[in-house]
Amino acid sequence: MSTHRELDDVLGKGWRKPHFIKRAWLRYTLILGFFAYLVAAFLTIEVNWSRVYEGLERGKQFILAFTSPDFATRSGDIWTGMMESIVMTVAASVVGIAISIPIALGAARNVAPLPVYMICRAIIAVSRALQEIIVAILLVAIFGFGPLAGFLTLSFATIGFLSKLLAEDIESMDRVQAEAIRASGARWMQWINYGVQPQVMPRLIGLSMYRIDINFRESAILGLVGAGGIGATLNTSFDRYEYDTAAAILLLIIGIVMALEYLSGIIRARVQ
Amino acid sequence: MPVADANGQKIWQRRSGRESLAHWLMWLIGVAVFAYCWQQISEATTWFFVQDAPRIAGDIWSRATPPKWEYITQLGKPIWDTLNIATLGTLIALVLAVPVAFLAARNTTPSRFLIRPIALLIIVSTRSINSLIWALLLIAIIGPGVFAGVIAIAIRSIGFCAKLLYEAIEEIDEGQVEAITATGASRWQVMAYGIVPQILPAFAGIAVFRWDINIRESTVLGLVGAGGIGLQLSSSLNVLAWPQVSLILIVILVAVVISEWVSAKVRGAII
Repeated sequence: MSTHRELDDVLGKGWRKPHFIKRAWLRYTLILGFFAYLVAAFLTIEVNWSRVYEGLERGKQFILAFTSPDFATRSGDIWTGMMESIVMTVAASVVGIAISIPIALGAARNVAPLPVYMICRAIIAVSRALQEIIVAILLVAIFGFGPLAGFLTLSFATIGFLSKLLAEDIESMDRVQAEAIRASGARWMQWINYGVQPQVMPRLIGLSMYRIDINFRESAILGLVGAGGIGATLNTSFDRYEYDTAAAILLLIIGIVMALEYLSGIIRARVQ
Repeated sequence: MPVADANGQKIWQRRSGRESLAHWLMWLIGVAVFAYCWQQISEATTWFFVQDAPRIAGDIWSRATPPKWEYITQLGKPIWDTLNIATLGTLIALVLAVPVAFLAARNTTPSRFLIRPIALLIIVSTRSINSLIWALLLIAIIGPGVFAGVIAIAIRSIGFCAKLLYEAIEEIDEGQVEAITATGASRWQVMAYGIVPQILPAFAGIAVFRWDINIRESTVLGLVGAGGIGLQLSSSLNVLAWPQVSLILIVILVAVVISEWVSAKVRGAII
């Protein structure tokens, strides 16, 4: 009967949009808290408006620089930096993916026993909690400047990302197929090879392509802390206000990322 | 099914002869590329430092422990700044991402050949450049400080939010839109009552998800001078004050874990 009563209440009144959060007190507390926070945040941020105003001219110059990027003047530096970034990306992706496959198997509860599962999940958690740039700072301090630190950073970051997502895919795989392989008397390796691998391969390839894309983008900033790649060149060109060179580097990065995305789209469409 | 003949007996094979040749060739090229890359890295590395690395790592560890706990009193303001950079940056990004997403989605864009490519270009170009690079650029333009950090985070997040949002818009149920249109609603009314309610949960999820990522990113923006706790990190690193560095790293780790927990809780409540 209650539905009828509600209908009676509504009849004769105009329709009103239902609220996103139904409980009124919660809605108003959230809105109030939000505005209080905004006011507090704006009051504590110091903005030097005259400095910002002066900067607008430079900002205009920078945007104009995109119409005439200068690839030529520092072509040597750009070329070495880009090659180093690409080399780091490729090497780190290969090593990272190779290491993350066994860890992903270990972090899948339906494949690994509990102690192995705990260890692998701990490795993933540590790798995901630390940002690339912080790892890079520590590794540069330990291994010295150069692409080795960047390579190790990217490999380490790849492990956390790929193992976690791959382990989730392995956990949600179809048990029937894996069991059928096991019933035929397969050894453990054969079981993984013929029962598990074919099921997760499309996802593995898709994730790997995505990670290569991320690794390239990250490799562009590792140079800021001395871990090799195009970042050092980019930083120098900003410091010297050489906006046309900086624009050229940024355009190159955007171009390569777009190409990688397009390529991964094609590959993913083929494997799925 | 590919089979091999061995003494008149048929044996199952995974791949046919040509397939396995192509496979083998692919692996060969892959290994060659990797070997070349590794050689390049190896050439640019001073291997003496690498051999020395375990000793250096032990040395840094002994300097960094125990963390200088009393330093935390000076970290209150930087943490507040970091939170502001992430939150305000996310808010600005969301405001800007909504129109871009509507212009980029196939079913809402006003012009598929003119405006959609522009919107997609905005999405790709803001997404493919890291927030640290945006911060570098903005510091050169508007000077160092929290404001540059907020704008850097905002620009970087536009592409991410707009991409996820326009994918959500493209997946809406056309039936509801048609029903609203059939009542004689205008274009804007269709948007407000037919499309927005369908994407609102996705929007809230994206907002919290990006906020979580932005907390992570804003902790390191200070390394290039854009405010937040990273500023303390970089000044401590510059004077080799390792006990302070270890404390800051712990604080960052805790902040990241908390923000991830909050975002997981909120997303769990929405979806």
